Order: sequence, then C-alpha cells, then structure tokens
Amino acid sequence: MKIHEYQARDLFAAAGIPVPAAQVATTPAEAKAISAEFGVPVVVKAQVLTGGRGKAGGVKLAANPDEAESSARDILGIDIRGFKVDKVLVAVASDIATEIYLGAIVDRQTKSVLLMASAEGGVEIEETARTNPEAIIKAPADPATGLASHQARAVGFRLGLDWPQVRQFDSIARKLVRAVVDMDASLAEINPLIVTPEGELRAIDAKVTIDDSGVFRHPDLAELRNPEEETGPERDAREGGISYVKLSGNIGCMVNGAGLAMALLDVIQLHGGEPANFLDVGGGADADQVRTAMEIILADPAVELVLVNIFGGITRCDDVATGVVAATSQLSRSVPLVVRLVGTNEEEGLRILKDAGISAHRNMVEAVKAAVAGVSA
Amino acid sequence: MSILIDFGTRIMVQGITGRQGSFHTNLMLEYGAKVVSGVVPGRGGQVEHGVPVFHTVAEAVAETEPTCGIVFVPAFAAADAVAEQVDAGIDLIVCITEGIPVLDIIPIYSRARSAGVRLIGPNCPGLITPGDAVKVGIMPGQIHVPGPVGLVSRSGTLTYEVVQALTDEGLGQSTCVGIGGDPVIGTNFIDCVRMFEDDPATEGIVVIGEIGGSDEEECANFIDREVGKPVVAFVAGRAAPPEKRMGHAGAIVSGGSGTAQAKIDAFRAAGVSVAEFPADVARLMNEQLRG
Repeated sequence: MKIHEYQARDLFAAAGIPVPAAQVATTPAEAKAISAEFGVPVVVKAQVLTGGRGKAGGVKLAANPDEAESSARDILGIDIRGFKVDKVLVAVASDIATEIYLGAIVDRQTKSVLLMASAEGGVEIEETARTNPEAIIKAPADPATGLASHQARAVGFRLGLDWPQVRQFDSIARKLVRAVVDMDASLAEINPLIVTPEGELRAIDAKVTIDDSGVFRHPDLAELRNPEEETGPERDAREGGISYVKLSGNIGCMVNGAGLAMALLDVIQLHGGEPANFLDVGGGADADQVRTAMEIILADPAVELVLVNIFGGITRCDDVATGVVAATSQLSRSVPLVVRLVGTNEEEGLRILKDAGISAHRNMVEAVKAAVAGVSA
Repeated sequence: MSILIDFGTRIMVQGITGRQGSFHTNLMLEYGAKVVSGVVPGRGGQVEHGVPVFHTVAEAVAETEPTCGIVFVPAFAAADAVAEQVDAGIDLIVCITEGIPVLDIIPIYSRARSAGVRLIGPNCPGLITPGDAVKVGIMPGQIHVPGPVGLVSRSGTLTYEVVQALTDEGLGQSTCVGIGGDPVIGTNFIDCVRMFEDDPATEGIVVIGEIGGSDEEECANFIDREVGKPVVAFVAGRAAPPEKRMGHAGAIVSGGSGTAQAKIDAFRAAGVSVAEFPADVARLMNEQLRG
C-alpha cells in the first residue's frame, strides 16, 4: 500500500525525524493562506502516488503567498503518470548545502531491514544502482534490535558528513529503520535528506510503502489508504480475496493460482494475443468466487472474450463450472468464453459446462490458441 | 531415494482442526502419509481424522516423535507457530500459510537457520515424494508418479501443470518441492538443486521460477558451476507489467530488476534449457534424459 508524501511526512515527524513545517492545500486560496501563515518562501508539491513529480512540473518554489497561489493553480488538476493532482503540500522551503539519499527497505536478499544511503541525493536509487552502484552505502539491520548506532555512524562518515552532522544522521537513520519495523513498511525513503548551510539535517521529502500483508495489524495506517491507488475492480478484487491486475489487452483471464495466471499471460502473448488482466481467483475457489471474478473481469470494457484456465487440485472443477455457468446467465454483458478445465472432478465439471452449451479444452495451449483466434476473428 | 521426505517421515500438523488443516490432513492420510499428531492450543485431547491433538508442539513431540511439522495456522499467528516448532526441536518445517507480514518472517528465518532447522515456505504448496507415497503439503497427489525428475518451484498450480505434463510424458518425480511465493522464504532454489544433484534417485532437475528477486539468477550461476545433471527451467511473468504485484507477494518487477527475461537469460547462459510454456518442460526434459 502506497501513501502520499504528506502522510509519510506526518509519520516521520511522529517518529522524531526532522521535517520542515508543511500543510496540505486543495485549492490555490488555501495554498496562499498557508504560505502567508508561514511568512517565508515555500515549496508547492503535487501529492500523487507516483514518482517523477519534478519533471512533470509538479514541484514549484514560491517566494510569497501570491506565487504560492499561482503555483498551486498551475499544479492542481494536472495529470502525472495517470494520477490527477487534487492536493498539494505547501512546505517551508529550505536552503540546501548538500543532498543525500537515505532509504530503508525490507530486503529479500539480505533478509534484513537494509539501510541504503548515497551522496547522490535527489536521484532515484534505482538510477544510482544502474549508473553508479558503488555510490550506494548499505547497512543491514536486524528488525528486532534495529540499526546499531555504530552502523549508522559508519554510513554517515562514508557520506562525507562532519561529526556534528554524523550525530544527527545517526539519530535519523536509526529512527527510519525503527519506523519501517513499527509500521510494517516495505520501504521508507527520504530523498533528499538535506544538509542546510547551517549544518542541520532535514527530511524534505518522504515516501513510505506499507507491506500489504502487514496492514491488518495497523488500523491507523489502513485508514491512510488512498482510493486512487486502485481502480474500482481492483478494490472489489482485494476485498473479495482475489488478485487482479488490469492490463491493456482484450482477452480477459481467470486462473487459479498466481504462477499459472502469470504463465497464461505469457502463453497468450507468445501466440500473438494480448491479455486484459491478471487474475488469480484463489485456492479452493467456489462458485461464488468464480462469479465475482467474472464480474471484475467484465467491468473492463476492453474485454472481448474471457479465457478461463483452471487446474483443479484443491479447487474442484465442478465448483468452477457451476460458477462459470451461473455467471454467464447473470452477468450484465455476455462475451464469448473459452474454458480450459482439468484436474479434480474434471468429468463432472465438463458435463456441467456441456449441458450449458460451453465447450472446454483440456490443453492450455489449445485453449489459448482458441482465445486468440476468437478475438481476432 | 528422494530429498527431505521419505517413507519414514512422521508428520505433525499445526492447526489441524482448522478448515484447511483438517481438509489437507485427510488428503495427506489418504495419499499414504503418516500424520502422527496435530497441535491446536485449547484442543488438546481431541482426535481429528484419527490423529491425536495436543495443546503444544512440545507435547506432540514428546508423545508422537514427528520428524517434520506442517503449519496451516492463519497469517497473524503463523510466525509464532513456526517458532514453536523450532523451539521444540522439529528439523523440517513446512509453512503453507499465505499473507504473513515479511517482518514476521525475517526473525523466524534467522531463528530456524541458527537452530539448523530446514524451513520450507511460507506461502508454498509443500513437498511430495511419490515413490514413498508421502506428501507434506496441499498438492493434488493423483497427478504425481514415481520417477527420476526432481522439481523445485516458487508456485503452486503452475507446478501442478508441469507435473501433469511430466507424468503424461512418462516422466515421474523423485521429489517436488514448492519453496513459496513470498519475498523472504526459508529454502531457496540453490538449496533444493544442490540436494537433487546429490540425490542418486534424481536424474534430471526442473526449476520453475517467476518474476521478482534474484534467486533464479543465483541458482543459474550455481548450476553453471556445480551441477552435472540436466536442468530444465520455466520462468513465469514475461508479460507482467513493472511495479505490479502478480498475486504472490514476491512476484514483482521493481526498479527494473527481477524481470523474467533476465532470469531466462541467466539460465540459458548456464546451459539450462528454458521452456516457452509450462507443458514444454516435459518435452525438453524428455530430450535431455532420453536423448
């Protein structure tokens, strides 16, 4: 689960990480009022759940309240990588002597909370990893004990900070790692962490991603969920225990199991077709689950045909067949179906489909060929 | 022969009275596996499918001497269940549960490792050795037949698809291991490939990977250096868009890394045959084993 900068900033502030004063505005007039209240130059920043704001014109410096108002007017309503801006953060501008990248991620390779820092502040870490991987300084932390002070200091000195700055860095880095653990975050990032001309360290951006599997035990964080992170069908899927990702093609896909669902997309592309979605209906799916999945798939108007690929292990073919038949008779629009059904209770499943006039394949590749032919015909 | 489990395997089921735990205990018993005990706090003294239930793992260990434990406990309590098994001295722990917070798994991973315990999963279908009629997991037993192919996979149903194709091709399996679809898992590809390389009953090895992380690349490197047996791979997720989680918590192309193509390239560079679609694994393995 992604959250906005202003939400992440509040979490960082609560964790004791120094952040500039800032408030959210949804209108140019509000931005002007906030700027007037601060009485100093501000930065007006688009709040969107994606990167690349600067390049898209979503971040502007404003010297006075009138400029803050016009900056907010320019930014509100624009589209950044498919996200419409409806909020801006108005933050007190900081003078910058040095910019640092600082992030903490739950790292699958080292199986730690991995602190990552680089003197190339303001650059995306993926970019640094590609162009100058040696510039990234890493320190793995045990989630139970957190980052050790000596680890943080060593990173600080390698960044070229002086001793008073290293002491601030030590505190910030340990709080960032602690925040990751406390929030069940998969990532917490300060990019950039700046050093002011006076030698003060300050987090002037904030990014946090929460582990979807950990949200259940953080009701306060669950409330931060932003509806624009997912489409209506994606939300329906999540709430129904179905994994769904919308893609750009016209062949709707329903599969049991994530690996098999990914493989089906690959095989469709291999045969010249374009999948409309990834969908894992889940293990042990019953007829109701199948009908819900079908509705989610058909909510995408680009879908011209639905390809059902079920390998019944725990999932029973007769349950799936019943769901498919029920769905086809109840849905708002009807599209051609191609079904591939094998495994547990296969004969019964095939009979249910046949009685409803739906033919089924036993071979996945043949089903895919039929589906691709079905949409291009 | 086989790896990890055989006819001597004695299984303890943690969460045996739950919907999943009860259902799969029955299927494991029907398949021929020896389920010797179950554990559910508060249900000690009950009997489930003829299997005695205990309040604690320690009691189950003392009374029934299991050699392996399987976890069907819900996500919020699963890490604690694994820890209880580690503390009670279980050597092989299979964690089926999906959706465990990653930060719960990291300490469990370290704890199992320092205790010398082999943890399989979480978020996995478990493992099966058809020649000894033993399964510690949720895979459909009837698609497996005994034979010379060792299989390791991050997936569930995709594995069944490949196993069915192998069986249809007349290629049985020594052991199939589902290592799980989470970002942090107890046992990785290299661990399993090494065991298959050392297992006299395994003649060929199938590796089924997917997008996310770099375990496939590291495995390819290992195969290049240390594996003499033929290996066939399939990698799912070529069509997956970046930055989107494809069902499994660990299946995500992030910041340009973890792509299917990079994994396929790594396998090919290591001399591994890579299948274009799941069932093609069987044809390629047949070519390798029978020329």
